[in-house]
Amino acid sequence: MSSMKVKAKEKDGIVEVKALIKHPMETGLRKDKKTGKPIPAHFVQQVVVEHGGKNRVTADWSGGVSKNPLLFVKFKGGAKGDMVKVAWTDNQGGTDSAEAEIK
Amino acid sequence: MQTDTKRRVFLKRSAASGAVAVAVGAGLLTPQMVLAEWNKAAFESKSVEDVAKNLMGLEGAAEESADINIKAPDIAENGAVVPITVDVSMDGVETIAIIAKENPSPLAAAFTMGEGGVPFGRTNIKMGKTSDVIAMVKTADKTYMAKKEVKVTIGGCGG
Repeated sequence: MSSMKVKAKEKDGIVEVKALIKHPMETGLRKDKKTGKPIPAHFVQQVVVEHGGKNRVTADWSGGVSKNPLLFVKFKGGAKGDMVKVAWTDNQGGTDSAEAEIK
Repeated sequence: MQTDTKRRVFLKRSAASGAVAVAVGAGLLTPQMVLAEWNKAAFESKSVEDVAKNLMGLEGAAEESADINIKAPDIAENGAVVPITVDVSMDGVETIAIIAKENPSPLAAAFTMGEGGVPFGRTNIKMGKTSDVIAMVKTADKTYMAKKEVKVTIGGCGG
């Protein structure tokens, strides 16, 4: 089970990459309602969009990005049928990646 | 005892760097991925000025630009999910930052353009209260900004 869905689409020479990541995105500022103890920060820090061995766009995030975050970026230089890889890492060392074929 | 501890730390460190070297060698990680570091100082900054300084190396204010288009709702009923799109019509854009001015840590996201990267970024952010959303854009020689106010009905940062 991947934590992520990736879609890539080419139009007029520009590849649009959309990724949906399943992640709690805890800021570290919230408190557990029952115990009153702070919930530790747990959020995706970096998402890298790779294509053709190149790092096309990197998104760096804080806990200020919403739960189950969405990423939408664009790059030039890709063609239909190529593969795009999206990989994320979080502040607790968690990581995952997924690939999609450019449609 | 002390030597023992040091030796253990040394072994741990060399094992860790060995693993990274192997991953690079096997093509699992590109050198850029290893080098690109999350900017802790910028993300922990408490003011827009400090974000600009720590992320963009900017002293003072960024110049407002009409070439930065922010798409965000006028009113966000749920501050936990506020969709923000930044579309920039400039050449040589290196970084696009999305900043919610009134959030405890204003910097929410920073997009860095690699080879072929189009200066565009969308994500959803949390907003504690009504605030200006600032898009700050760094090009090779200058930093620009644009802002848009988003009214928040129910804040999205509390618990």
